[in-house]
Amino acid sequence: MREELFSLFKERAEMVSAEVHRVKDVQRAVEFIRKALSEIASAQPGETEALLLRGSLLEGVNPAELEQPGAKVYDDNFDRLAPGVMIGISQLDLAIADTGTLCQDATDVKKRLVSTLPSVHIALVPTGGLVANLAEALEKFQGQVPGYLAFITGPSRTADIERVLTIGVHGPERLIVLFIDEVGGGSLA
Amino acid sequence: MPDAKFKESIKQALANPQLGGALGRFFEAYAPSRARVYEGMDFEALRTTIAAIKSQAAEHMEEMASRFTKEAEKRGAKVFLAKSGDEVKAYIAKLAQDKGVKRIVKSKSMASEEIHLNSYLEKQGLSVKETDLGEWIIQLAGQRPSHMVMPAIHMSKEEVTELFSKEVNERLEVDIPRLVKVARNELRKAFLEAELGITGANMAVAETGTLVLVTNEGNARLVTTLPPIHVAIVGLEKLVPKFADIAPVLQALPRSATAQQLTSYVTMITGTVPTLVEGGVQAKELHIILLDNRRTEMRADPVFKQALQCIRCASCLNVCPVYRLVGGHVFGHVYAGGIGTILTAWFNEMHNSKDIQGLCIQCGRCKEVCPGKIDIPELIVELRRQITEKAGLSLTQKLIFENMLTNRKLFHNMLRAASLAQKPFTGRGSMIRHLPLFFSKYSEFRSLPAIAEVPLRDRMDKLEQTVRVVPQGKAVFYSGCLIDFAYPELGEDVIKVLNQGGYEVVFPQGQTCCGAPAKYNGVHDVAVKLAKQNVEALSSVNAEVVISACPTCTVAIKHDFVKALQDDPEWGPKASALADKVRDFSHFILEKGLTNRTNQSNQAFPTTKVTYHDSCHLKRTLGISREPRTLLKTVPGLELVEMSESDMCCGMGGSYSLKFPELSAPILERKLKHIRESEAQVVAMDCPGCLMQISGGLDKQGRRVEVKHTAQILAEMLAKQNTN
Repeated sequence: MREELFSLFKERAEMVSAEVHRVKDVQRAVEFIRKALSEIASAQPGETEALLLRGSLLEGVNPAELEQPGAKVYDDNFDRLAPGVMIGISQLDLAIADTGTLCQDATDVKKRLVSTLPSVHIALVPTGGLVANLAEALEKFQGQVPGYLAFITGPSRTADIERVLTIGVHGPERLIVLFIDEVGGGSLA
Repeated sequence: MPDAKFKESIKQALANPQLGGALGRFFEAYAPSRARVYEGMDFEALRTTIAAIKSQAAEHMEEMASRFTKEAEKRGAKVFLAKSGDEVKAYIAKLAQDKGVKRIVKSKSMASEEIHLNSYLEKQGLSVKETDLGEWIIQLAGQRPSHMVMPAIHMSKEEVTELFSKEVNERLEVDIPRLVKVARNELRKAFLEAELGITGANMAVAETGTLVLVTNEGNARLVTTLPPIHVAIVGLEKLVPKFADIAPVLQALPRSATAQQLTSYVTMITGTVPTLVEGGVQAKELHIILLDNRRTEMRADPVFKQALQCIRCASCLNVCPVYRLVGGHVFGHVYAGGIGTILTAWFNEMHNSKDIQGLCIQCGRCKEVCPGKIDIPELIVELRRQITEKAGLSLTQKLIFENMLTNRKLFHNMLRAASLAQKPFTGRGSMIRHLPLFFSKYSEFRSLPAIAEVPLRDRMDKLEQTVRVVPQGKAVFYSGCLIDFAYPELGEDVIKVLNQGGYEVVFPQGQTCCGAPAKYNGVHDVAVKLAKQNVEALSSVNAEVVISACPTCTVAIKHDFVKALQDDPEWGPKASALADKVRDFSHFILEKGLTNRTNQSNQAFPTTKVTYHDSCHLKRTLGISREPRTLLKTVPGLELVEMSESDMCCGMGGSYSLKFPELSAPILERKLKHIRESEAQVVAMDCPGCLMQISGGLDKQGRRVEVKHTAQILAEMLAKQNTN
């Protein structure tokens, strides 16, 4: 079942230009992020900056562990840094398979800053957070609706000029989704 | 006739190449994309659910509003119920003043467009920046949105380049991705500096006090995150009862709007949330303005309350053959297209709709795709009726409708006289090539048929009816004016096919015009009179079935008469009994298998390609599209090939083609193009109105495609079989 949800999510999210990856555990997630930072940094002149909002998944991971030559990672001063950094790294709560959508209780303003202002958003999500559809996701919040519930499907897009699809208007132009199977020692996959 | 200024705006729109370009391409792509994104889903079930949610919410609008207010306030929001646009403006201006606000950023809100908020706030000395790319473009251009979802669809990339170059003081290249980047950079500054953010909302949930915002660009996330104050302007029709109601509306909205599974961003805000301020984080101020602006009045109207089921997806615009040609600006206000015509009449002024309601050709495509299940064409007819009742008819209309149409003998005698008068003008065959000059501007794009020398009604006495097979019974034939006076031979073919199937055909002489021209022109009392005359005439014969070979007439008998007479204790039941008996020709023939009785073989090698044109009322009101095709496939020697957009209107629409020849002509042209591309030698249809339009167009272009009613094709087949 989980496998089917994952494949459906991947198919649907890729249809709307998201990049979808999956790793077994946090150690491999850290390696993935390092590689991603290194690739992005090598294509950029000067230093590439990333802002990390550690969720439960990366608990205990030091920004320094992620840094690469040419890629600096911060985990503080969100208000000052978010508008300027190129990459935002954060954790999301759920993944809705049938539309390729990520879902997050984004009441904490830092969660919004790190996923809206940078041009690249690396979104970590536990594989166990996969649900079939929107109705199922909404059910999880019924009764205690968070202040700011955010749904993200692919990168920011527009077709407002002559109906030509263009990626990356006000939000990120790249959305990199990373599923992590084993969380906190146990497997949720 | 529509006024000259309005006609001029249509002329300008038709001359705008952009409307034929980006808009045309979008329309072509929309229908198939929409079909794909709904694949595997039960659209009927989904829209039934949505219509139920929205109509329930509308029915209890005040209750919903007060529950919403209570819940949102519990979570720290301030909620203000504004009676009018002026109250909204005053509220925001005062708030800005109290809080020392200078700069405002907005994400897209049709409610704010409806009340012309920007210009008001700018007059108060405030800087207001639209951040949706399309909205920003039209703001820079000083224009109104021409589409609810794609506000700048009428503009070219060259025009946008020009606007942006001026804004950033730099000569930009015509390059769309580059232009988008420019917008990103320019607006990013505005987001970071603004002290106040204004949004609309796609839904407001009463149960939880939640606002739902649907966007693709991500601007609503920034507008609701960066400035320390958020004002949301929400039309009362956006209320839904429950949190669980969000899911079905969100299933339909992006699919119907832009053929997307879901938009890039959906944001649900419940109460105040933390925001950044100098030196830290604090609770954001959230003001929610619920806008009435005649929505409660609309709810109180038994007919128009249905329009509150609209979820503002604009799919009614995306399938409208008229919107495709003229775009949004001819609609005069911020809401365009079918639903826009209705919304403008209520939220703006009824008189604004006087002209624009006339643009609707009544093809019914919008009704078919509406996720709120709104009968838009019917609401427009109702609008017409109310406007006509208020303004009265012109002298000519009075003469035609009240004095001529309801006096059957006078009407029919005039048609007979017209047949004599037009004699010198009929050219080759039965087409009038050169009409008298004062008529010619109405028929430049098509020839019109001659009025028959002897109408069907005067042929009936001498017509020999041979029922060859076992007699099945009696059928009443309702011919309608076009068959009676322009295509009596077609009427004879209908009778022949019925005879061959075992039916004796009776033609009650008291039958007259079905009243459709009166109905679609908003002249209700004339439609009622004609309904009675026809109910009387058609019920005078005891027959198993009433056959019509004109779908518009069939719709009149099946639906319109019943509706017009339902409150009349004497006529109501008679109209209902008649409605039960009426069948459209192809439907009845297939249902009874009438052509099978004499059809021995279908072995002939197909030599002729036939393509089928679906008439609007037949397909969308009567639900008949398979039946005529099935019949055509049984005809030896015919091969059925489909044209693209076979169910797109041909541009006839009765008197529409006379009122708006400049629109009727390009709609017809498109139909002719599709016929041409199908490479068929024959185009078949079941409506004499479409027959007149399409054969007139083909004749004018000198094309040799035969145009036939299904009855004519079947009659020819039977005649051949009888001689074999």
